[in-house]
Amino acid sequence: MVEHLVDVAVIGGGPAGLAAAVSAGEHGAEQVVVIERNSWLGGILPQCIHDGFGVEETGKSLTGPEYAEQYINMALQKNIQIMLETMVIELRENREIVAVNSNGLHNIKAKSVVLAMGCRERTRWGAMIPGTRPSGIYTAGVAQTFINLQNIMVGRKVVIVGSGDVGLIMARRLKLEGAEVVAVVEILPYPSGLLRNVVQCLEDYDIPLLLNHTVTNIEGKERVEEVTISQVDGNMKPILGTEKQIKCDTLLLSLGLIPENELSRMAMVEIDDRTGGPSVNQELETSVPGIFACGNCLHVHDTVDMLSVEAKKAGKSAVECITNTGRKQYETVIHVVPGEGVRYVVPQRINRPGKVELMLRAKKPMEPVVLQVTAGKRIILTKKLRCATPSSMIKIGIVIPPRVFASRAALEVRLIG
Amino acid sequence: MKKFQVAIIGGGVIGSSIARELSRYDVSVVVFESGSDVASQASKANSGVIHSGINSPPYSLKARLCVEGNRMFQSLAGELGVPVKWVGKFVVAGNEDEIAELEHLKRVGESNGVPGLEILDEAGVKKKEKNISCRGALWVPTAGITSPYQLTIALAENAAENNVKFLLETKVIGLKKQAQKFFVNTTKGGFLADVVVNAAGVFCRDIVAMLEEPDFNVYPCRGEYLVLDKSYSWLVRSMVYPVPPKHTGVLGIHITPTIEGNILLGPSAEFINEDEDTRTTREAMISLLKHAKEMVPVVPDNAVINAYSGIRSKLASAENGGWADFRIEESRNTPGLINILGIESPGLTAAPAIAKEAIGIIAGLIVLKEKGSFKSNRARVNRFSGLLETERAKMIEKDSKWGRVVCRCEQVTEREVTDALSNPLGARTLSSVKYRCRAGMGRCQGGFCTPHIVRIMKDNFGMDVIDIKLKSPNSTLFTGRVREVREHG
Ligand SMILES: Cc1cc2nc3c(=O)[nH]c(=O)nc-3n(C[C@H](O)[C@H](O)[C@H](O)COP(=O)(O)OP(=O)(O)OC[C@H]3O[C@@H](n4cnc5c(N)ncnc54)[C@H](O)[C@@H]3O)c2cc1C
Repeated sequence: MVEHLVDVAVIGGGPAGLAAAVSAGEHGAEQVVVIERNSWLGGILPQCIHDGFGVEETGKSLTGPEYAEQYINMALQKNIQIMLETMVIELRENREIVAVNSNGLHNIKAKSVVLAMGCRERTRWGAMIPGTRPSGIYTAGVAQTFINLQNIMVGRKVVIVGSGDVGLIMARRLKLEGAEVVAVVEILPYPSGLLRNVVQCLEDYDIPLLLNHTVTNIEGKERVEEVTISQVDGNMKPILGTEKQIKCDTLLLSLGLIPENELSRMAMVEIDDRTGGPSVNQELETSVPGIFACGNCLHVHDTVDMLSVEAKKAGKSAVECITNTGRKQYETVIHVVPGEGVRYVVPQRINRPGKVELMLRAKKPMEPVVLQVTAGKRIILTKKLRCATPSSMIKIGIVIPPRVFASRAALEVRLIG
Repeated sequence: MKKFQVAIIGGGVIGSSIARELSRYDVSVVVFESGSDVASQASKANSGVIHSGINSPPYSLKARLCVEGNRMFQSLAGELGVPVKWVGKFVVAGNEDEIAELEHLKRVGESNGVPGLEILDEAGVKKKEKNISCRGALWVPTAGITSPYQLTIALAENAAENNVKFLLETKVIGLKKQAQKFFVNTTKGGFLADVVVNAAGVFCRDIVAMLEEPDFNVYPCRGEYLVLDKSYSWLVRSMVYPVPPKHTGVLGIHITPTIEGNILLGPSAEFINEDEDTRTTREAMISLLKHAKEMVPVVPDNAVINAYSGIRSKLASAENGGWADFRIEESRNTPGLINILGIESPGLTAAPAIAKEAIGIIAGLIVLKEKGSFKSNRARVNRFSGLLETERAKMIEKDSKWGRVVCRCEQVTEREVTDALSNPLGARTLSSVKYRCRAGMGRCQGGFCTPHIVRIMKDNFGMDVIDIKLKSPNSTLFTGRVREVREHG
């Protein structure tokens, strides 16, 4: 067992982990280590060869690899220690990490830990799609890995179920590589991905988007031969008699992303069922002191720009927790809960009065809409928004007056249509 | 033309058990398996339960071979390095009528020689297994669990190490008997054999029909399962069965812990028209969850990580009650053809005893002389996830591939994938890797490991991407390279 003592250990070398590590370095942490299980840094960015990254952050539209490179270079300049092809197999409440790589086992004792493990894709069984079990069924991200990183083509005639961003991007990618993309099928009455991707990836390429539809059966003994799609009712139940068979050899699944938190659970970090990620305070500290979370393992983001901003904050907080600067301890904690029209809010806890930024997601598309934050009977903020959709995270700053904070009333966030 | 003394048709647990038993002797044996690996049908898709013998009528072959197989299991599994756990099972009664059924099951079990049976009241059950909801239960301590595919693979690989020839992706398509010899026609050419063992599972009738008019029918009956995430392993430690539904010939939908720490819900029972229709259906998924919750109400709806189905090869139709005994016999019309028919549950449990039975018949046909070179023990298969920290460090020092985890959910290393791909049977599909080392069996269902395994297949085993398959001869994963121009025949 190789022993390591570090200030900040970041688990995951994707965009969140890199931004957190760079920021920890900038805020004075001397020994920062990033532990990454892949042989590369940047997480899924290197396989996202399309552009559209960094628009909000830098004003330029970069490709995934370009965006990642910026942070990789910053990390190298900051002398951040990088452990590649290294899998963390244990995380303890006392911030001890056990990791393994080809040099052996490592015991990393960290003063603070940043969780940045990202997310995984929902599978066929997560959505309980029945039928046979042939080859030719891929999650969109895996297909993207094969096509863009390994130069391998996954199929010729493709149906995509789910209109998440990776699925939309892959529809265009497959089309560009000569495959026929028969349709993108979405169970909801609106697309789950960003509007710009619907336009640029489907409409511009004449790929039909079938809303209120889902895949209800898969046929094919060895390779996929056909899928059945059905229309769904208001409760997302397939409507009998609306079945249509589509011949294809490939089914791509873009059914949503699940934050990866097996390690968090191991360390007894409390998980919010709504986000699937740790519940954190405004400094992004989890329920376990000294363990912070950011990126898609905290909650699934729509763009990397917002994610990097959040991750930098986690890196900064991880340092402040060691040096105790800027950390005034308050006994009181108030909870932030999603109310009407809101699926989730991050952070879930606030432990000081003053300015706080909330990130939230709408339950369904609404326009126009009023965003309201209340504490008990008191209204803290009312803001008109042009629209709210589940695919676009809403970020809002609020100020919690000390008196309100002292009352310990939970903050409720609502979107009223 | 290649000649073998014994040709076994089917590389399921039955064909593989017989092959392994025969490999003790100085005889030449070949196994024909149409799938890309052994355990490609029922033997990989069942509950993995080592039954006790309480469910078969006294004096039936099923009862005798089940109890005998159960007793043989521990030492066989030990020799082969296959895991078994004697977790025991509860047959739970929901009402007074069912309590009376438990008494009946207990009597049958006792007359079959099953030890340790005990009827518990509600409190007694709760004490052992707090999540079960019932009025009472029969406790069956001698029921256990194993990994059915690991067992089949271990039997086959051990047989191969002892010189049995396994021909995968080789389907028997014709059989003739002439001048005391069988001519076996396969998709990979013709072979000669003195004895043919028909262990083709649900296809056993097709094999018989190549030689004579079969005196039986096979009624395929599908059983579907749901697999729950390992994080729910706390649901139950023992198996939980309902009182068997009457006149169905099946045991009902039960909750079974797997040897790897998942929970299985199933199997359903549906008579189907096609032998190979291993689909899963929405109806069954809903019904499995419903039935499971009747016995263990805390079973969650959203923890399913996989679903699969297996086909029971029944010799009795639904109309006839769905129950018929095993048949293990030499054909009267075609001497030298040994038929193993109707091996549905408890076929996995009985497999070691069925093999012994078959060897008894074969010994009457050809001379079986024990060979000195037989190795009964299979080299231990190491698993990174099962090793202690100190062992892990040592393994990595010996081969750094032990330190490269390529399956995150099940913590499988590159070395284990490489070992799996180097198996003595020559099976090289994604599934053959999965069933040997568990890469791809976790909650992400291959999302993380598949690209790694493909890389290893390409770089370390020289496989062309278009030859990489999921599980069967035509289940190709890829259509070629990106922007590659290929001639399509
Ligand atoms: C849903 C279900 C649950 C069960 N649960 C249990 C349990 O918990 N405990 C228990 O003891 N038993 C159980 N069983 C029974 C057990 O699984 C079977 O009895 C056992 O697997 C049968 O093995 P087999 O070798 O006869 O058949 P199979 O495993 O089906 O093997 C037959 C093989 O023959 C091959 N084959 C067929 N035709 C040809 C041909 N022409 N040429 C070449 N190869 C051919 C097939 O590809 C196949 O691999 C269950 C069965 C099912 C279906």
